[in-house]
Amino acid sequence: MKYQSQKVALAYFACALLLFAIQVMGGLVAGWIYVSPNFLAELLPFNIIRMIHTNALIVWLLLGFFGSAYFLLPEEAEREIYSVKLAYIQLALLMVGTLGAVGSYLVGIHEGREFLEQPLWVKVGILVAALIFLFNISMTFLAGRKTAVTNVLLLGLWLLCLLWVFAFINPDNLSLDKMYWWFVVHLWVEATWELVMAAILAFLMLKLTGVDREVVEKWLYIIVATALVSGILGTGHHFYWIGTPGYWQWIGSIFSTFEVVPFFLMMSFAFVMVWKGRRNHPNKAALLWSLGSSTVAFFGAGVWGFLHTLHGVNYYSHGTQITAAHGHLAFYGAYVALNLAVFTYAMPMLRERAPYNQTLNMASFWLMTGGMAFMTFVLTFAGTVQTHLQRVLGMYFMEVQDGLSIFYLMRFGSGAAVVAGALLFIFSLAYARKNEVVAPGPLNAVAGE
Amino acid sequence: MAEILTKTRARNIFYGGSIFFVVVFVGLTVDSHRYIVAKSTAGMPLSAEVVAGKHVWERNSCINCHSLHGEGAYFAPEVGNVMTRWAVQDDPDAAFEVLKGWMEAQPSGIEGRRQMPNFNLTDEEIRNLAEFLRWADQTDTQGWPPNDAG
Repeated sequence: MKYQSQKVALAYFACALLLFAIQVMGGLVAGWIYVSPNFLAELLPFNIIRMIHTNALIVWLLLGFFGSAYFLLPEEAEREIYSVKLAYIQLALLMVGTLGAVGSYLVGIHEGREFLEQPLWVKVGILVAALIFLFNISMTFLAGRKTAVTNVLLLGLWLLCLLWVFAFINPDNLSLDKMYWWFVVHLWVEATWELVMAAILAFLMLKLTGVDREVVEKWLYIIVATALVSGILGTGHHFYWIGTPGYWQWIGSIFSTFEVVPFFLMMSFAFVMVWKGRRNHPNKAALLWSLGSSTVAFFGAGVWGFLHTLHGVNYYSHGTQITAAHGHLAFYGAYVALNLAVFTYAMPMLRERAPYNQTLNMASFWLMTGGMAFMTFVLTFAGTVQTHLQRVLGMYFMEVQDGLSIFYLMRFGSGAAVVAGALLFIFSLAYARKNEVVAPGPLNAVAGE
Repeated sequence: MAEILTKTRARNIFYGGSIFFVVVFVGLTVDSHRYIVAKSTAGMPLSAEVVAGKHVWERNSCINCHSLHGEGAYFAPEVGNVMTRWAVQDDPDAAFEVLKGWMEAQPSGIEGRRQMPNFNLTDEEIRNLAEFLRWADQTDTQGWPPNDAG
Protein backbone atom coordinates (compact mmCIF):
# COMPACT_ATOMS: atom_id res chain seq x y z
CA MET A 1 0.00 0.00 0.00
CA LYS A 2 1.71 3.13 -1.25
CA TYR A 3 -0.88 5.72 -0.25
CA GLN A 4 -2.44 6.16 3.19
CA SER A 5 -5.87 7.04 1.82
CA GLN A 6 -6.17 3.61 0.19
CA LYS A 7 -7.03 2.42 3.68
CA VAL A 8 -10.69 3.51 3.26
CA ALA A 9 -11.07 0.45 1.05
CA LEU A 10 -10.76 -1.73 4.15
CA ALA A 11 -13.98 -0.30 5.63
CA TYR A 12 -15.77 -0.73 2.28
CA PHE A 13 -14.65 -4.33 1.95
CA ALA A 14 -15.65 -5.16 5.54
CA CYS A 15 -19.16 -3.74 5.03
CA ALA A 16 -19.43 -5.52 1.68
CA LEU A 17 -18.56 -8.85 3.30
CA LEU A 18 -21.17 -8.30 6.02
CA LEU A 19 -23.85 -7.80 3.36
CA PHE A 20 -22.45 -10.76 1.40
CA ALA A 21 -23.13 -12.94 4.45
CA ILE A 22 -26.70 -11.56 4.73
CA GLN A 23 -27.23 -12.13 1.00
CA VAL A 24 -26.19 -15.80 0.95
CA MET A 25 -28.11 -16.55 4.17
CA GLY A 26 -31.21 -15.02 2.55
CA GLY A 27 -30.59 -17.17 -0.51
CA LEU A 28 -30.32 -20.29 1.62
CA VAL A 29 -33.62 -19.57 3.38
CA ALA A 30 -35.32 -18.89 0.03
CA GLY A 31 -33.88 -22.15 -1.31
CA TRP A 32 -35.27 -24.01 1.70
CA ILE A 33 -38.75 -22.55 1.13
CA TYR A 34 -38.69 -24.16 -2.34
CA VAL A 35 -38.08 -27.49 -0.58
CA SER A 36 -40.39 -26.96 2.37
CA PRO A 37 -42.97 -24.31 1.35
CA ASN A 38 -44.62 -23.86 4.75
CA PHE A 39 -41.35 -22.70 6.35
CA LEU A 40 -41.76 -19.13 7.66
CA ALA A 41 -44.81 -18.75 5.37
CA GLU A 42 -46.74 -16.59 7.84
CA LEU A 43 -43.79 -14.83 9.45
CA LEU A 44 -41.50 -13.97 6.58
CA PRO A 45 -43.00 -14.69 3.15
CA PHE A 46 -40.85 -15.60 0.14
CA ASN A 47 -41.18 -12.19 -1.53
CA ILE A 48 -39.61 -10.41 1.47
CA ILE A 49 -36.72 -12.87 1.69
CA ARG A 50 -36.07 -12.56 -2.03
CA MET A 51 -35.90 -8.75 -1.78
CA ILE A 52 -33.28 -9.06 0.95
CA HIS A 53 -31.36 -11.63 -1.11
CA THR A 54 -31.23 -9.50 -4.27
CA ASN A 55 -30.87 -6.07 -2.68
CA ALA A 56 -28.06 -7.13 -0.36
CA LEU A 57 -26.27 -8.62 -3.37
CA ILE A 58 -26.51 -5.46 -5.44
CA VAL A 59 -25.41 -3.16 -2.66
CA TRP A 60 -22.45 -5.27 -1.57
CA LEU A 61 -21.22 -5.53 -5.15
CA LEU A 62 -21.47 -1.75 -5.44
CA LEU A 63 -19.64 -1.31 -2.13
CA GLY A 64 -16.96 -3.61 -3.52
CA PHE A 65 -16.70 -1.52 -6.69
CA PHE A 66 -16.53 1.73 -4.70
CA GLY A 67 -13.92 0.26 -2.36
CA SER A 68 -11.92 -1.05 -5.33
CA ALA A 69 -12.03 2.38 -6.92
CA TYR A 70 -10.70 3.95 -3.72
CA PHE A 71 -8.02 1.28 -3.56
CA LEU A 72 -6.73 1.41 -7.10
CA LEU A 73 -7.23 5.06 -8.01
CA PRO A 74 -4.41 6.40 -5.78
CA GLU A 75 -1.96 3.89 -7.26
CA GLU A 76 -3.00 4.67 -10.81
CA ALA A 77 -3.33 8.44 -10.37
CA GLU A 78 -0.23 8.52 -8.14
CA ARG A 79 -1.78 10.67 -5.45
CA GLU A 80 -3.93 10.46 -2.32
CA ILE A 81 -7.74 10.41 -2.54
CA TYR A 82 -9.21 13.92 -2.64
CA SER A 83 -11.11 13.50 0.64
CA VAL A 84 -10.95 10.48 2.93
CA LYS A 85 -13.66 12.01 5.11
CA LEU A 86 -16.13 12.18 2.21
CA ALA A 87 -15.37 8.54 1.43
CA TYR A 88 -16.36 7.53 4.98
CA ILE A 89 -19.49 9.72 4.90
CA GLN A 90 -20.47 8.05 1.63
CA LEU A 91 -20.01 4.60 3.18
CA ALA A 92 -22.02 5.55 6.26
CA LEU A 93 -24.89 6.81 4.06
CA LEU A 94 -24.91 3.60 2.04
CA MET A 95 -24.84 1.37 5.11
CA VAL A 96 -27.62 3.31 6.89
CA GLY A 97 -29.67 3.15 3.69
CA THR A 98 -29.10 -0.56 3.13
CA LEU A 99 -29.66 -1.72 6.69
CA GLY A 100 -32.65 0.66 6.82
CA ALA A 101 -34.02 -0.94 3.66
CA VAL A 102 -33.55 -4.46 5.05
CA GLY A 103 -35.27 -3.40 8.29
CA SER A 104 -38.18 -1.79 6.48
CA TYR A 105 -38.64 -4.87 4.25
CA LEU A 106 -38.95 -6.96 7.41
CA VAL A 107 -41.86 -4.81 8.57
CA GLY A 108 -43.40 -4.76 5.10
CA ILE A 109 -42.48 -1.26 3.90
CA HIS A 110 -41.13 -1.22 0.35
CA GLU A 111 -41.78 -0.16 -3.20
CA GLY A 112 -42.64 -2.71 -5.82
CA ARG A 113 -40.42 -2.71 -8.89
CA GLU A 114 -38.13 -5.73 -8.90
CA PHE A 115 -34.66 -4.95 -7.46
CA LEU A 116 -35.70 -1.30 -6.99
CA GLU A 117 -37.91 -1.94 -3.96
CA GLN A 118 -36.00 0.47 -1.71
CA PRO A 119 -38.22 3.11 -0.04
CA LEU A 120 -37.83 6.56 -1.58
CA TRP A 121 -35.63 7.89 1.24
CA VAL A 122 -33.16 5.06 0.64
CA LYS A 123 -33.16 5.75 -3.12
CA VAL A 124 -32.39 9.42 -2.43
CA GLY A 125 -29.67 8.39 0.03
CA ILE A 126 -28.08 6.20 -2.62
CA LEU A 127 -28.23 9.10 -5.07
CA VAL A 128 -26.51 11.45 -2.60
CA ALA A 129 -23.86 8.83 -1.84
CA ALA A 130 -23.28 8.33 -5.57
CA LEU A 131 -22.83 12.07 -6.09
CA ILE A 132 -20.36 12.28 -3.21
CA PHE A 133 -18.48 9.34 -4.69
CA LEU A 134 -18.37 10.82 -8.20
CA PHE A 135 -17.13 14.14 -6.86
CA ASN A 136 -14.47 12.49 -4.72
CA ILE A 137 -13.03 10.18 -7.36
CA SER A 138 -13.29 12.75 -10.14
CA MET A 139 -11.29 15.30 -8.11
CA THR A 140 -8.65 12.63 -7.46
CA PHE A 141 -8.67 11.58 -11.11
CA LEU A 142 -8.39 15.10 -12.54
CA ALA A 143 -5.42 16.01 -10.38
CA GLY A 144 -3.44 12.86 -11.10
CA ARG A 145 -1.96 10.64 -13.78
CA LYS A 146 -4.56 9.41 -16.25
CA THR A 147 -4.34 5.83 -17.41
CA ALA A 148 -6.62 3.64 -19.51
CA VAL A 149 -7.59 1.80 -16.32
CA THR A 150 -8.80 4.98 -14.60
CA ASN A 151 -10.43 6.30 -17.81
CA VAL A 152 -12.54 3.18 -18.23
CA LEU A 153 -13.22 2.75 -14.51
CA LEU A 154 -14.44 6.32 -14.12
CA LEU A 155 -16.54 6.21 -17.27
CA GLY A 156 -18.20 3.03 -16.03
CA LEU A 157 -18.83 4.43 -12.55
CA TRP A 158 -20.15 7.76 -13.86
CA LEU A 159 -22.56 6.09 -16.26
CA LEU A 160 -23.81 3.61 -13.68
CA CYS A 161 -24.48 6.38 -11.17
CA LEU A 162 -26.27 8.48 -13.80
CA LEU A 163 -28.44 5.54 -14.84
CA TRP A 164 -29.68 5.37 -11.23
CA VAL A 165 -31.93 8.31 -12.18
CA PHE A 166 -34.17 5.79 -13.97
CA ALA A 167 -34.86 4.18 -10.58
CA PHE A 168 -37.00 7.26 -9.86
CA ILE A 169 -38.93 7.11 -13.14
CA ASN A 170 -41.94 4.84 -12.80
CA PRO A 171 -44.50 5.42 -15.57
CA ASP A 172 -48.13 4.41 -14.98
CA ASN A 173 -48.06 2.47 -18.23
CA LEU A 174 -46.69 -0.98 -17.31
CA SER A 175 -44.92 -1.50 -20.64
CA LEU A 176 -43.17 1.87 -20.40
CA ASP A 177 -42.30 1.08 -16.78
CA LYS A 178 -40.68 -2.17 -17.90
CA MET A 179 -38.81 -0.58 -20.78
CA TYR A 180 -37.21 2.13 -18.61
CA TRP A 181 -36.63 -0.30 -15.74
CA TRP A 182 -34.19 -2.13 -18.00
CA PHE A 183 -32.24 1.12 -18.38
CA VAL A 184 -31.07 0.52 -14.82
CA VAL A 185 -31.01 -3.26 -14.75
CA HIS A 186 -29.59 -4.22 -18.15
CA LEU A 187 -27.43 -1.17 -18.70
CA TRP A 188 -25.88 -1.82 -15.30
CA VAL A 189 -25.02 -5.49 -15.46
CA GLU A 190 -24.55 -5.86 -19.20
CA ALA A 191 -22.86 -2.55 -19.98
CA THR A 192 -21.51 -0.19 -17.31
CA TRP A 193 -20.63 -2.85 -14.74
CA GLU A 194 -18.67 -4.63 -17.47
CA LEU A 195 -16.53 -1.50 -17.84
CA VAL A 196 -15.87 -1.51 -14.10
CA MET A 197 -15.14 -5.24 -14.17
CA ALA A 198 -12.74 -4.97 -17.12
CA ALA A 199 -10.89 -2.02 -15.56
CA ILE A 200 -10.48 -3.80 -12.22
CA LEU A 201 -9.39 -7.01 -13.97
CA ALA A 202 -6.82 -5.03 -15.97
CA PHE A 203 -5.48 -3.50 -12.75
CA LEU A 204 -5.19 -6.95 -11.15
CA MET A 205 -3.40 -8.31 -14.21
CA LEU A 206 -0.96 -5.39 -14.18
CA LYS A 207 -0.12 -6.11 -10.55
CA LEU A 208 -0.24 -9.90 -10.53
CA THR A 209 1.51 -10.71 -13.81
CA GLY A 210 3.76 -7.71 -14.40
CA VAL A 211 2.87 -7.58 -18.10
CA ASP A 212 3.67 -4.30 -19.85
CA ARG A 213 1.05 -1.57 -19.32
CA GLU A 214 0.78 -0.85 -23.06
CA VAL A 215 -0.32 -4.43 -23.72
CA VAL A 216 -2.82 -4.53 -20.85
CA GLU A 217 -4.39 -1.20 -21.78
CA LYS A 218 -4.84 -2.10 -25.43
CA TRP A 219 -6.65 -5.30 -24.39
CA LEU A 220 -8.77 -3.23 -22.00
CA TYR A 221 -9.98 -0.84 -24.71
CA ILE A 222 -10.77 -3.70 -27.07
CA ILE A 223 -12.74 -5.53 -24.35
CA VAL A 224 -14.83 -2.52 -23.36
CA ALA A 225 -15.41 -1.58 -27.02
CA THR A 226 -16.94 -5.01 -27.64
CA ALA A 227 -18.90 -4.76 -24.36
CA LEU A 228 -20.68 -1.52 -25.26
CA VAL A 229 -21.02 -2.15 -29.01
CA SER A 230 -22.85 -5.43 -28.22
CA GLY A 231 -24.40 -4.52 -24.87
CA ILE A 232 -26.26 -1.30 -25.66
CA LEU A 233 -28.46 -2.69 -28.44
CA GLY A 234 -28.29 -6.05 -26.66
CA THR A 235 -30.83 -4.49 -24.29
CA GLY A 236 -33.23 -5.56 -27.03
CA HIS A 237 -33.25 -9.13 -25.71
CA HIS A 238 -35.39 -7.85 -22.82
CA PHE A 239 -37.78 -6.11 -25.23
CA TYR A 240 -39.21 -9.22 -26.91
CA TRP A 241 -42.45 -9.73 -24.94
CA ILE A 242 -43.21 -6.60 -22.90
CA GLY A 243 -45.23 -4.64 -25.43
CA THR A 244 -42.30 -3.19 -27.38
CA PRO A 245 -42.12 -3.38 -31.21
CA GLY A 246 -41.34 -6.64 -33.02
CA TYR A 247 -38.07 -5.39 -34.51
CA TRP A 248 -36.41 -5.85 -31.12
CA GLN A 249 -36.56 -9.60 -31.68
CA TRP A 250 -33.96 -9.34 -34.44
CA ILE A 251 -31.92 -6.52 -32.96
CA GLY A 252 -31.89 -8.19 -29.54
CA SER A 253 -31.02 -11.62 -30.92
CA ILE A 254 -28.15 -10.38 -33.08
CA PHE A 255 -26.53 -7.93 -30.68
CA SER A 256 -26.96 -9.99 -27.54
CA THR A 257 -25.29 -12.92 -29.32
CA PHE A 258 -22.23 -10.68 -29.56
CA GLU A 259 -22.42 -10.06 -25.80
CA VAL A 260 -20.49 -13.32 -25.47
CA VAL A 261 -17.45 -11.64 -27.07
CA PRO A 262 -16.34 -9.32 -24.23
CA PHE A 263 -16.59 -12.19 -21.75
CA PHE A 264 -14.59 -14.47 -24.02
CA LEU A 265 -12.01 -11.72 -24.42
CA MET A 266 -11.79 -11.13 -20.66
CA MET A 267 -11.15 -14.82 -20.09
CA SER A 268 -8.54 -14.94 -22.88
CA PHE A 269 -6.96 -11.74 -21.59
CA ALA A 270 -6.54 -13.10 -18.06
CA PHE A 271 -4.97 -16.37 -19.22
CA VAL A 272 -2.72 -14.78 -21.88
CA MET A 273 -1.44 -12.25 -19.34
CA VAL A 274 -0.62 -14.99 -16.85
CA TRP A 275 1.22 -16.98 -19.54
CA LYS A 276 3.11 -13.93 -20.76
CA GLY A 277 3.81 -12.52 -17.32
CA ARG A 278 7.15 -13.17 -15.70
CA ARG A 279 6.19 -12.03 -12.25
CA ASN A 280 5.59 -14.80 -9.74
CA HIS A 281 3.31 -12.92 -7.39
CA PRO A 282 3.06 -14.47 -3.93
CA ASN A 283 -0.72 -13.91 -3.64
CA LYS A 284 -1.79 -17.07 -5.47
CA ALA A 285 -5.33 -16.88 -4.10
CA ALA A 286 -5.88 -13.50 -5.79
CA LEU A 287 -4.67 -14.98 -9.07
CA LEU A 288 -7.00 -17.95 -8.68
CA TRP A 289 -9.98 -15.66 -8.07
CA SER A 290 -9.05 -13.45 -11.05
CA LEU A 291 -8.75 -16.36 -13.47
CA GLY A 292 -11.79 -18.04 -11.92
CA SER A 293 -13.88 -14.90 -12.21
CA SER A 294 -13.19 -14.35 -15.89
CA THR A 295 -13.74 -18.05 -16.66
CA VAL A 296 -17.01 -18.42 -14.72
CA ALA A 297 -18.21 -15.08 -16.13
CA PHE A 298 -17.65 -16.44 -19.63
CA PHE A 299 -19.73 -19.52 -18.87
CA GLY A 300 -22.37 -17.87 -16.67
CA ALA A 301 -22.90 -14.61 -18.53
CA GLY A 302 -21.64 -15.64 -21.97
CA VAL A 303 -22.61 -19.26 -22.59
CA TRP A 304 -25.66 -19.48 -20.31
CA GLY A 305 -26.79 -16.08 -21.55
CA PHE A 306 -26.56 -17.16 -25.18
CA LEU A 307 -28.39 -20.37 -24.31
CA HIS A 308 -31.71 -18.51 -24.08
CA THR A 309 -31.12 -15.16 -25.76
CA LEU A 310 -32.30 -15.93 -29.30
CA HIS A 311 -35.94 -14.89 -29.54
CA GLY A 312 -37.07 -18.22 -31.00
CA VAL A 313 -35.70 -19.99 -27.92
CA ASN A 314 -36.64 -17.28 -25.46
CA TYR A 315 -40.27 -17.47 -26.59
CA TYR A 316 -40.42 -20.81 -24.75
CA SER A 317 -37.79 -20.40 -22.00
CA HIS A 318 -38.57 -16.81 -20.88
CA GLY A 319 -39.23 -16.53 -17.15
CA THR A 320 -38.44 -20.15 -16.24
CA GLN A 321 -35.74 -21.66 -14.06
CA ILE A 322 -33.40 -21.34 -17.09
CA THR A 323 -33.31 -17.61 -16.36
CA ALA A 324 -32.59 -18.31 -12.69
CA ALA A 325 -29.71 -20.63 -13.64
CA HIS A 326 -28.15 -17.98 -15.88
CA GLY A 327 -28.68 -15.17 -13.39
CA HIS A 328 -26.99 -17.01 -10.55
CA LEU A 329 -23.86 -18.11 -12.43
CA ALA A 330 -23.48 -14.81 -14.30
CA PHE A 331 -23.61 -12.69 -11.14
CA TYR A 332 -21.33 -15.09 -9.31
CA GLY A 333 -18.68 -15.27 -12.02
CA ALA A 334 -18.63 -11.74 -13.28
CA TYR A 335 -19.21 -9.65 -10.18
CA VAL A 336 -19.03 -11.73 -7.00
CA ALA A 337 -15.81 -13.54 -7.90
CA LEU A 338 -14.20 -10.39 -9.25
CA ASN A 339 -14.93 -8.52 -6.04
CA LEU A 340 -13.58 -11.42 -4.00
CA ALA A 341 -10.45 -11.31 -6.20
CA VAL A 342 -9.88 -7.66 -5.32
CA PHE A 343 -10.56 -8.27 -1.63
CA THR A 344 -8.08 -11.16 -1.65
CA TYR A 345 -5.47 -9.09 -3.46
CA ALA A 346 -5.87 -5.94 -1.37
CA MET A 347 -6.51 -7.31 2.10
CA PRO A 348 -2.91 -8.31 2.96
CA MET A 349 -1.74 -4.82 1.92
CA LEU A 350 -4.54 -3.03 3.74
CA ARG A 351 -3.66 -4.96 6.90
CA GLU A 352 0.08 -4.55 6.26
CA ARG A 353 0.90 -8.25 6.16
CA ALA A 354 2.28 -10.79 3.76
CA PRO A 355 -0.43 -12.86 2.01
CA TYR A 356 -2.10 -15.08 4.60
CA ASN A 357 -4.55 -17.99 4.83
CA GLN A 358 -4.00 -18.74 1.15
CA THR A 359 -5.02 -22.39 1.43
CA LEU A 360 -8.27 -21.59 3.23
CA ASN A 361 -9.02 -18.84 0.74
CA MET A 362 -8.40 -21.12 -2.24
CA ALA A 363 -10.49 -23.87 -0.66
CA SER A 364 -13.35 -21.38 -0.34
CA PHE A 365 -13.00 -20.62 -4.08
CA TRP A 366 -13.49 -24.26 -5.03
CA LEU A 367 -16.31 -24.74 -2.54
CA MET A 368 -18.22 -21.68 -3.72
CA THR A 369 -17.50 -22.21 -7.41
CA GLY A 370 -18.34 -25.90 -7.22
CA GLY A 371 -21.58 -25.08 -5.40
CA MET A 372 -22.56 -22.41 -7.90
CA ALA A 373 -21.76 -24.67 -10.87
CA PHE A 374 -23.88 -27.48 -9.40
CA MET A 375 -26.71 -25.05 -8.67
CA THR A 376 -26.57 -23.82 -12.26
CA PHE A 377 -26.71 -27.35 -13.66
CA VAL A 378 -29.69 -28.45 -11.56
CA LEU A 379 -31.62 -25.23 -12.28
CA THR A 380 -30.89 -25.66 -15.99
CA PHE A 381 -32.32 -29.18 -15.88
CA ALA A 382 -35.31 -27.93 -13.86
CA GLY A 383 -35.81 -25.13 -16.38
CA THR A 384 -35.60 -27.46 -19.35
CA VAL A 385 -38.24 -29.77 -17.89
CA GLN A 386 -40.38 -26.77 -16.93
CA THR A 387 -40.12 -25.24 -20.41
CA HIS A 388 -41.21 -28.45 -22.04
CA LEU A 389 -44.09 -29.30 -19.71
CA GLN A 390 -45.43 -25.78 -19.23
CA ARG A 391 -44.62 -23.93 -22.42
CA VAL A 392 -44.80 -26.72 -24.97
CA LEU A 393 -47.35 -29.12 -23.48
CA GLY A 394 -49.33 -26.43 -21.64
CA MET A 395 -49.41 -28.02 -18.18
CA TYR A 396 -50.18 -25.62 -15.33
CA PHE A 397 -47.45 -23.93 -13.32
CA MET A 398 -47.94 -25.53 -9.90
CA GLU A 399 -48.47 -28.97 -11.39
CA VAL A 400 -45.10 -28.65 -13.13
CA GLN A 401 -43.40 -27.25 -10.04
CA ASP A 402 -44.46 -30.24 -7.97
CA GLY A 403 -42.55 -32.43 -10.39
CA LEU A 404 -39.35 -30.41 -9.97
CA SER A 405 -38.87 -30.95 -6.24
CA ILE A 406 -35.82 -33.20 -6.63
CA PHE A 407 -34.01 -30.37 -8.46
CA TYR A 408 -34.92 -27.89 -5.74
CA LEU A 409 -33.61 -30.26 -3.09
CA MET A 410 -30.28 -30.51 -4.94
CA ARG A 411 -30.25 -26.75 -5.37
CA PHE A 412 -30.60 -26.34 -1.62
CA GLY A 413 -27.62 -28.66 -1.09
CA SER A 414 -25.47 -26.70 -3.52
CA GLY A 415 -26.61 -23.47 -1.83
CA ALA A 416 -25.45 -24.82 1.52
CA ALA A 417 -22.02 -25.44 -0.03
CA VAL A 418 -21.94 -21.86 -1.31
CA VAL A 419 -22.82 -20.50 2.14
CA ALA A 420 -20.11 -22.65 3.73
CA GLY A 421 -17.65 -21.35 1.12
CA ALA A 422 -18.67 -17.75 1.71
CA LEU A 423 -18.25 -18.04 5.47
CA LEU A 424 -14.87 -19.74 4.97
CA PHE A 425 -13.82 -16.91 2.67
CA ILE A 426 -14.86 -14.26 5.20
CA PHE A 427 -13.02 -16.17 7.95
CA SER A 428 -9.87 -16.46 5.84
CA LEU A 429 -9.76 -12.68 5.33
CA ALA A 430 -10.88 -11.68 8.81
CA TYR A 431 -8.56 -13.83 10.92
CA ALA A 432 -4.91 -13.79 9.97
CA ARG A 433 -4.09 -17.32 11.05
CA LYS A 434 -0.72 -17.67 9.36
CA ASN A 435 1.45 -16.23 6.65
CA GLU A 436 1.71 -18.60 3.77
CA VAL A 437 3.90 -18.73 0.75
CA VAL A 438 2.41 -21.19 -1.68
CA ALA A 439 5.22 -22.99 -3.50
CA PRO A 440 5.18 -22.35 -7.25
CA GLY A 441 4.48 -25.30 -9.53
CA PRO A 442 7.31 -26.96 -11.54
CA LEU A 443 6.57 -24.97 -14.71
CA ASN A 444 6.60 -21.63 -12.95
CA ALA A 445 9.59 -21.93 -10.68
CA VAL A 446 11.12 -18.51 -11.23
CA ALA A 447 11.11 -16.57 -7.98
CA GLY A 448 9.25 -13.26 -7.70
CA GLU A 449 10.82 -10.20 -9.27
CA MET B 1 -2.32 -7.06 -35.63
CA ALA B 2 -0.09 -5.22 -33.20
CA GLU B 3 0.74 -2.50 -35.75
CA ILE B 4 -2.73 -2.08 -37.22
CA LEU B 5 -4.63 -2.05 -33.94
CA THR B 6 -2.71 0.36 -31.73
CA LYS B 7 -3.89 1.39 -28.27
CA THR B 8 -5.04 4.76 -29.62
CA ARG B 9 -7.10 3.11 -32.35
CA ALA B 10 -8.63 0.66 -29.86
CA ARG B 11 -9.58 3.61 -27.65
CA ASN B 12 -11.12 5.48 -30.59
CA ILE B 13 -13.16 2.43 -31.59
CA PHE B 14 -14.40 2.21 -28.00
CA TYR B 15 -15.51 5.84 -27.76
CA GLY B 16 -16.74 6.15 -31.36
CA GLY B 17 -18.57 2.83 -31.38
CA SER B 18 -20.22 3.48 -28.04
CA ILE B 19 -21.47 6.94 -29.01
CA PHE B 20 -22.82 5.60 -32.31
CA PHE B 21 -24.78 2.83 -30.64
CA VAL B 22 -26.06 5.12 -27.87
CA VAL B 23 -27.52 7.39 -30.57
CA VAL B 24 -29.16 4.44 -32.36
CA PHE B 25 -30.50 3.12 -29.03
CA VAL B 26 -32.02 6.48 -28.06
CA GLY B 27 -33.71 6.71 -31.47
CA LEU B 28 -35.20 3.23 -31.16
CA THR B 29 -36.32 3.98 -27.58
CA VAL B 30 -38.26 7.05 -28.73
CA ASP B 31 -39.92 4.95 -31.43
CA SER B 32 -40.73 2.17 -28.94
CA HIS B 33 -42.17 4.65 -26.44
CA ARG B 34 -44.58 5.92 -29.11
CA TYR B 35 -45.43 2.39 -30.22
CA ILE B 36 -46.30 1.32 -26.66
CA VAL B 37 -48.54 4.32 -26.02
CA ALA B 38 -50.24 4.39 -29.43
CA LYS B 39 -50.44 0.70 -30.31
CA SER B 40 -49.46 -2.17 -28.05
CA THR B 41 -51.22 -0.98 -24.88
CA ALA B 42 -53.96 1.10 -26.51
CA GLY B 43 -56.64 -1.60 -26.44
CA MET B 44 -57.95 -0.47 -23.05
CA PRO B 45 -57.79 3.00 -21.49
CA LEU B 46 -55.17 3.59 -18.80
CA SER B 47 -57.86 4.48 -16.26
CA ALA B 48 -57.44 5.69 -12.69
CA GLU B 49 -58.44 2.19 -11.55
CA VAL B 50 -55.67 0.59 -13.60
CA VAL B 51 -53.07 3.00 -12.21
CA ALA B 52 -54.30 2.44 -8.66
CA GLY B 53 -54.16 -1.31 -9.31
CA LYS B 54 -50.54 -1.00 -10.40
CA HIS B 55 -49.78 0.61 -7.05
CA VAL B 56 -51.52 -2.23 -5.20
CA TRP B 57 -49.34 -4.61 -7.22
CA GLU B 58 -46.21 -2.66 -6.23
CA ARG B 59 -47.08 -2.00 -2.59
CA ASN B 60 -47.40 -5.73 -1.93
CA SER B 61 -44.26 -6.68 -3.85
CA CYS B 62 -46.15 -9.24 -5.95
CA ILE B 63 -43.24 -9.31 -8.44
CA ASN B 64 -41.01 -11.08 -5.91
CA CYS B 65 -43.05 -14.28 -6.18
CA HIS B 66 -44.94 -13.95 -9.47
CA SER B 67 -43.78 -13.04 -12.96
CA LEU B 68 -45.56 -10.45 -15.10
CA HIS B 69 -44.90 -10.75 -18.85
CA GLY B 70 -42.22 -13.24 -17.83
CA GLU B 71 -40.30 -10.86 -15.56
CA GLY B 72 -40.08 -11.21 -11.81
CA ALA B 73 -39.61 -14.21 -9.56
CA TYR B 74 -40.43 -17.74 -10.67
CA PHE B 75 -41.86 -18.93 -7.35
CA ALA B 76 -45.52 -18.41 -8.31
CA PRO B 77 -47.48 -18.42 -11.58
CA GLU B 78 -47.27 -15.91 -14.42
CA VAL B 79 -50.02 -13.30 -14.10
CA GLY B 80 -49.63 -11.36 -17.36
CA ASN B 81 -52.32 -13.62 -18.84
CA VAL B 82 -54.09 -14.72 -15.65
CA MET B 83 -57.38 -13.07 -16.63
CA THR B 84 -57.38 -15.03 -19.89
CA ARG B 85 -56.53 -18.23 -17.99
CA TRP B 86 -59.49 -17.59 -15.68
CA ALA B 87 -61.67 -16.74 -18.73
CA VAL B 88 -62.71 -13.36 -17.25
CA GLN B 89 -60.62 -11.03 -19.45
CA ASP B 90 -63.73 -9.48 -21.04
CA ASP B 91 -65.87 -9.26 -17.91
CA PRO B 92 -64.70 -6.72 -15.28
CA ASP B 93 -67.23 -7.85 -12.65
CA ALA B 94 -66.38 -11.51 -13.02
CA ALA B 95 -62.67 -10.61 -12.90
CA PHE B 96 -63.25 -8.83 -9.59
CA GLU B 97 -65.29 -11.69 -8.14
CA VAL B 98 -62.80 -14.41 -9.08
CA LEU B 99 -59.82 -12.41 -7.84
CA LYS B 100 -61.62 -11.56 -4.58
CA GLY B 101 -62.39 -15.22 -4.03
CA TRP B 102 -58.77 -16.11 -4.66
CA MET B 103 -57.22 -13.40 -2.47
CA GLU B 104 -59.49 -14.11 0.47
CA ALA B 105 -58.78 -17.86 0.38
CA GLN B 106 -55.07 -17.22 1.07
CA PRO B 107 -53.05 -18.59 2.69
CA SER B 108 -54.31 -22.07 1.92
CA GLY B 109 -52.34 -23.56 4.82
CA ILE B 110 -52.07 -26.85 2.95
CA GLU B 111 -48.97 -28.74 4.06
CA GLY B 112 -46.33 -28.97 1.30
CA ARG B 113 -47.94 -26.31 -0.92
CA ARG B 114 -46.41 -22.90 -1.60
CA GLN B 115 -48.22 -20.32 0.50
CA MET B 116 -49.48 -16.95 -0.70
CA PRO B 117 -49.90 -14.45 2.15
CA ASN B 118 -53.24 -12.78 2.85
CA PHE B 119 -52.67 -9.13 1.96
CA ASN B 120 -55.93 -7.94 3.58
CA LEU B 121 -56.95 -5.96 0.50
CA THR B 122 -60.16 -3.90 0.51
CA ASP B 123 -62.77 -4.53 -2.20
CA GLU B 124 -61.68 -1.34 -3.92
CA GLU B 125 -58.05 -2.50 -3.97
CA ILE B 126 -59.05 -5.88 -5.36
CA ARG B 127 -61.14 -4.22 -8.07
CA ASN B 128 -58.22 -1.96 -9.01
CA LEU B 129 -55.83 -4.91 -9.08
CA ALA B 130 -58.25 -6.85 -11.30
CA GLU B 131 -58.43 -3.90 -13.69
CA PHE B 132 -54.63 -3.62 -13.72
CA LEU B 133 -54.28 -7.32 -14.56
CA ARG B 134 -56.92 -7.04 -17.30
CA TRP B 135 -55.03 -4.05 -18.68
CA ALA B 136 -51.74 -5.97 -18.63
CA ASP B 137 -53.42 -8.95 -20.29
CA GLN B 138 -54.67 -6.90 -23.27
CA THR B 139 -51.13 -5.66 -24.05
CA ASP B 140 -49.79 -6.85 -27.39
CA THR B 141 -46.81 -8.94 -26.24
CA GLN B 142 -45.94 -10.38 -29.66
CA GLY B 143 -47.87 -13.54 -28.93
CA TRP B 144 -46.16 -14.41 -25.64
CA PRO B 145 -46.79 -16.57 -23.60
CA PRO B 146 -47.11 -19.59 -25.91
CA ASN B 147 -50.26 -20.90 -24.15
CA ASP B 148 -52.74 -20.08 -21.39
CA ALA B 149 -50.62 -21.89 -18.75
CA GLY B 150 -48.40 -18.77 -18.88
